[in-house]
Amino acid sequence: MSVPAGRPRPDDEKVPVPKETGMTRRAMLFKLGLLFNGLVAAVLAAPVVRFLLGPAIRERKSGYESWLSLGPLEQFPPGQTRLATFRNPVVNSLDGETADIPCWVRNVDGHSFQVFAINCAHLGCPVRWFPQSNLFMCPCHGGAYYQDGSLAAGPPERGLFQYSYKVEDGKLFIKAGEMPTPGRAANTVTGESRWV
Amino acid sequence: MGVIETLGSWFDERLKVGAALRETAEHPVPRETASWFYVFGSAALTVFLLQIVTGILLALIYVPSAGEAWNSLQILNHTVPLGWFIRALHGWGSNFMVAIVLIHMVQVFLFGAYKFPRELTWIIGVFLLLVTLGMAFTGQVLRFDQDAYWGLGIGASIASRVPVVGPALVNLMLGGPIIAAATLSRFFALHVFVIPGLLIAFVGIHLLLVLKLGINEWPMPGRIVRKATYVREYQELAHKRGMAFVPYAVWKDVFFSGFILLAIVACAVYFGPFGPGGQPDPTIIQTAPRPDFFFLWIYAVLSYLPPAAETPIILIAPIIVIVVLLGLPFVAGEGEKSWKRRPIAVLTILVIAVALGVLTHLGEHTPWSPVMNAWSSVPIPAKDLQGRTALERRGALVFQGKQCRNCHSLGDAGGKRGPALDNVALRLTEDQLIRQVIQGGGNMPAYGKNLSPAETTALVAFLKTLHPARQAPARDASRRVALGTGGQESTSTQP
Repeated sequence: MSVPAGRPRPDDEKVPVPKETGMTRRAMLFKLGLLFNGLVAAVLAAPVVRFLLGPAIRERKSGYESWLSLGPLEQFPPGQTRLATFRNPVVNSLDGETADIPCWVRNVDGHSFQVFAINCAHLGCPVRWFPQSNLFMCPCHGGAYYQDGSLAAGPPERGLFQYSYKVEDGKLFIKAGEMPTPGRAANTVTGESRWV
Repeated sequence: MGVIETLGSWFDERLKVGAALRETAEHPVPRETASWFYVFGSAALTVFLLQIVTGILLALIYVPSAGEAWNSLQILNHTVPLGWFIRALHGWGSNFMVAIVLIHMVQVFLFGAYKFPRELTWIIGVFLLLVTLGMAFTGQVLRFDQDAYWGLGIGASIASRVPVVGPALVNLMLGGPIIAAATLSRFFALHVFVIPGLLIAFVGIHLLLVLKLGINEWPMPGRIVRKATYVREYQELAHKRGMAFVPYAVWKDVFFSGFILLAIVACAVYFGPFGPGGQPDPTIIQTAPRPDFFFLWIYAVLSYLPPAAETPIILIAPIIVIVVLLGLPFVAGEGEKSWKRRPIAVLTILVIAVALGVLTHLGEHTPWSPVMNAWSSVPIPAKDLQGRTALERRGALVFQGKQCRNCHSLGDAGGKRGPALDNVALRLTEDQLIRQVIQGGGNMPAYGKNLSPAETTALVAFLKTLHPARQAPARDASRRVALGTGGQESTSTQP
C-alpha cells in the first residue's frame, strides 16, 4: 500500500541510520545479543522437545506392557470364546472409562488359550464374535476372522492380534498395555515380535 | 460534528489507521468481479468468525477430559440453556465452512486465479484447506463419543503403518500407549490453540495477498496471462475501468455471508446438534463407527483398496495430492484463464466431484460391511418359504442361524458385502454351491468347519430354490453324461 497523501505525520520522519562500513560496536553488541538468545533458545529447546516426545521415548525405555489378570479360568469355559475386560496398566485418574480395554478369550481345549485384541488388524475397529458361525466380524470395513483368529475375508492383511498369556494360580494373565496396531505388530526398535 | 465523528477523529489522531483503512476498503477492482461468483472467500471468513465465537462459547462448559468430556456434552445439550443451539451452530458451521472452502477452491481453480502473480495466494489457500480439514477432524475427536474413540483407533492404525517411525508416531499421536485422557487433551490443544493459530495466520497472509495483488479479474477467453504484460493489463482493468471495492462489489459479499449465516442458523434449529453418540467406553463393542460427512469418502476408499496396495497408497497418495496442488501454479502459471478454453481443468473438476460424490454415497451406505444383526432381525421373504420341503426350510434356518444374511441379502434386505442370493440358483449348480459354502473363496469365509454335513445339505437345498419361478436353475450338463440317467440332479421342488 502506498503512503496516503496528506499532511506529514510524526512517524514519517526517519531516524538516520549511519551507513558505516565495517562493524560498529552497537552492531556487534546486537549480533552478540542475538547469539546469546539463540543459545538460551537451544537450552530451552531440549526439555521442550523431551516433553513433546515423552510418550514415544517411554516406549523405548521401559515399555508400556505388563502382566495383568483377566480373572479365574472358570470364566472361560473350554471350547468357548468370551469377552473379557481389563484396566490398562498405564492409567491415571483422568482416563475414565477409556482405560477399560476389552479382549476376546478363546479357551481352545481346556488347556491352551488364545487371547485376541478387540482391534481389527485392518484399522482397529472393534471386532465382534459370532458363536453361531464361529466368526469374528468387523463392523467398519468388513474384515472377518475364523475362531482361531486367522483371516477369513475382507481387507485386513493378517489375522487378529494376540496377547501373550500365562496361567498362574488358576488365573489367566495376559501381557498388555498398548493398543495393537498393524505397524506395531513387530517391534521395530528391538526387532522382537511383540504381537503374535 | 456528531459524537461518533468526534470519537472517531479522537482515536484516529492517535491510531492513524483511518486513511489506510479507507484506502484499503476503496481499492479499485475490475468491474466484472462484482459478481456472485466472487463471494465464497468472504463467506468462508464469515463462517470462520462464527466458529471462533461459538467455539469460545462451547469452551465455557466443555471439559477436555476423557472421563468427563462426554458428560459435559450431555450437559451442554440438555442442561445449559441454549447449549444445544451453540453446539448445533458450531457443528453446522463446521460443515458449511468445509463446503464453502471447497466451493471457493473450485471457483478459483476454474477462473484461473492461481496463475501469475497469485501463485502464493493459491499455495496459502491449499494450506488453508488442509488446516480447515484438520479443524474438522480434530473437532470430531472433541465430540468424544464412540465414533471419536474408534476414529482415533483408525487414525492410529494408519499412523502405525509409516515405515520405521510408525509405532513412535502412534504413541505421539495418542500421547501414550492407548486412547485415553492424554489423547483427548492433545487434540483439544490442536483444535483450540495450534490449528486456529495457523488458520488465523494463513487467513491474514491470504487476505494481504488478495489486497496487494488485486482480486483475480473475470477471465475472458483469449485473454492470455503472460508474466511480462500481466501486471500492466491488470492495472488497466482495475484502475482505468475498475471501481471501488466498497461499496460497489462488497454488497454481494455482505448479502451472501448473511444468507450463509442464516442457513447455518436454520440447520442448527431444525436438525439440532451432532451427537454425541454412545459413550466412549471401549468395552461397549456393539458399535459401527463412522466418520463425519466430509471424511466418509476416505472411509469408503479404505474399504475398497486391495490389501497389498493399501499401506503404500494411504501413506503416499496424500503427499502426491498435496504436491500436485502446490505445484499447480508453477506448472500452469501462465496462459488461458477462462474455463471455456480449459477443457481438462473442467473435466478434472467433474471427475473429482463425481468420484468424491460416489465414494461419499458409498460411505453413507457401507455396502462392504456385514449387517451385524441381519441374521436375527431380518425375516426370510415369505415367497422363499411357501411350498418348500422340510429340508429346504431347515436350510433357511441354517441360512439365518449361521449369519449368512449378515453379508447376503434376500428380497433386498440383509448385508451387501456378498452378492444378493435371490437368484443364486441360476448362477451356481448344486456342486458349485456346496463347494462355495464349504471352501469359501472370493472374499467369503469357508464354512466347512462350522457346518455339519446335515446342515450343509439343508442349506444347499434351500439355496437351490432361490430362482425365479419361470427360470430353471443352473445344472451341470456333464453330470448326466458322466453318471448316466441315474446321475440326474435332484430337481428343485419349485412349483
